[in-house]
Amino acid sequence: MTDTSSTLRIVWIYPDLLSTYGDQGNVLILRRRAELRGIRTETLHVHSSDPVPVEGDVYLVGGGEDRPQILAAERLRADGGLKRAADRGAAVFAVCAGYQIIGESYGDDADNPLPGVGILDVRSSRGATRAVGEIVADVVPELGVGRITGFENHQGRTAIGPSARPLSTTVKGIGNDDATEGAYQGQVLGTYLHGPALPRNPALADLLLRWRVGEIAPLQPSWGEKLHEERLAAAL
Amino acid sequence: MSELPLRAQLAAALGKGAASLSRATGRGDGSVIGGRVALKVEPDLLAKLARGRRIALVSATNGKTTTTRLITSALRELGGIATNEHGANMPTGHITALAKSPDARIGVLETDEKYLPQVLRETKPAVVVLMNLSRDQMDRASEINLLAKKWRDALAKSETHVIANADDPLVAWAGLGARYATWVSAGQRWKEDSWCCPECGGHLKRDPDPHWECPECGLRRPDTTWSVDNDNDTVTDPNAQELKLQLNLPGDANRANAVIALATAAAYGIHPKQALPRLREIESVAGRYTSVVTNGVEVRLLLSKNPAGWLESFAVLDPPRVPVILSVNAQIPDGKDTSWLWDVDYTVLKGRRVFVMGERRTDLALRLETDGVPFEIADRVDQIIATLKSEQPDITKVDVIANYTAFQQIRTAYGRVQ
Ligand SMILES: [Zn+2]
Repeated sequence: MTDTSSTLRIVWIYPDLLSTYGDQGNVLILRRRAELRGIRTETLHVHSSDPVPVEGDVYLVGGGEDRPQILAAERLRADGGLKRAADRGAAVFAVCAGYQIIGESYGDDADNPLPGVGILDVRSSRGATRAVGEIVADVVPELGVGRITGFENHQGRTAIGPSARPLSTTVKGIGNDDATEGAYQGQVLGTYLHGPALPRNPALADLLLRWRVGEIAPLQPSWGEKLHEERLAAAL
Repeated sequence: MSELPLRAQLAAALGKGAASLSRATGRGDGSVIGGRVALKVEPDLLAKLARGRRIALVSATNGKTTTTRLITSALRELGGIATNEHGANMPTGHITALAKSPDARIGVLETDEKYLPQVLRETKPAVVVLMNLSRDQMDRASEINLLAKKWRDALAKSETHVIANADDPLVAWAGLGARYATWVSAGQRWKEDSWCCPECGGHLKRDPDPHWECPECGLRRPDTTWSVDNDNDTVTDPNAQELKLQLNLPGDANRANAVIALATAAAYGIHPKQALPRLREIESVAGRYTSVVTNGVEVRLLLSKNPAGWLESFAVLDPPRVPVILSVNAQIPDGKDTSWLWDVDYTVLKGRRVFVMGERRTDLALRLETDGVPFEIADRVDQIIATLKSEQPDITKVDVIANYTAFQQIRTAYGRVQ
């Protein structure tokens, strides 16, 4: 909601390439939690053949299989729109394969390093084992999000550079490296909690909204909060 | 089968023994354990058992059990058929199916997507039948782009005849690896896994449906000789003959399965006019599409395991006054990850009474709330029926859509109806 506009512009990056694990959920929940607070929204689905607009408020980048991941990274780099948007201060929320490709570099299926979009100071490579299962992590206190829960399914291991900070410490599951999970830098945030990470963590969705619109009213707890509690209890 | 070497005969016999033991002790239908015992004794057993038979392998993400059943029914005129009717679709299940029918000259084998290249190599099938590929239980299944590539490579190395759905770009691309192909226009409702060119990654141009083509490398949908018309419930064969389907299985997904079955039967020399009545005899497959009458209410059971399957099930729901029960579990056979629920569009359920149950009903509840679909939480089907009955005494029908273990639980509650 920059400048004079009063509409929150949500940009879904490449649903044709990076929508593998219910990534649509993040778009839907962000929109819903904004609208429940009377914030108007506009959602744009940007296909991999289209240019990425730079005037969005929140950019959502989903997960994908190995080959679509490489294609998406190449196209995003050639396009340049996502980087310009991030440089302008837009919020970016990227999960799984999306988390890896917004970093400085990531590994392909043979672990050759490939260049990322470079808006988050992380470097990912291929681990020896695949991390699959429920994951629980405690987000750094300054973000005011608390404990998060999700499902991870990836082989990446991610090292965080000096300009970024870990998003959380891992309580259960692997995340970046068994110790920390996710990373953020300004309003760019990446996580291995794949697919519907925002539906499962309403506080994380609200963090993105706060970044763009400032203070927001609390909502009456509903099924999202119940699911969050239930999954935490089941995982621990 | 007397030409089988002694060791293979022994292995097959041992396998059968283990299978009957497993059935007798109530530990399973025997299809897996029998094959497992036999494979230990003779690792080449599948190849040996397959030798001299005309085998069809049937693979897809959705519909392979039903299509295997339809093809088996259509081919019945040709004599005995070895088939894995219980859906044990990995090599051990194939061994059991073939060993059980040593004199059958024909085999129709449902084949797990991951195992298709291996089973193709070992059984040297006459025909490979491919219908669709989409996301499914991704916490343990292979990536589907990788799977399509493995199919394509395996087909390129074989002499088999592929019968494939040209409307699914991933399937078509895999099938284009084969030397001999029959292309069928069987339709594709779920398109979320095929917006990108399997060859180069370009964004596919997909209109008019079912045509597709890549503007970047030129890959395009192969021309088809068989097609299905869902609106008119007809099939057109390679002689441009139009035939009414009139199946007893519901929906477009089963029309797609049927046209593929007819094309496969034709490859075995069975004319579609002869095959069609055989397809119409099938009303339910391993409990799927079965109706149970309880408390005077007809409860129809629909099994759907992934987003493409849910989309197809939504399309066959009865009119809006018929309530629907959705049930989701996340046990190992279902996939532990429920993220896929967010890939499905539930807004089509608006205006219908919806109940949610199963171990992951809270996931469903949030999903429906987000799509603005009113719903009620429930524990069991019989309780829902009792509630409905007390509120609307004239109620006659309810539909149930459930994923794998949720479906099995409901089936068990109604005495494993067939
Ligand atoms: Zn192409």
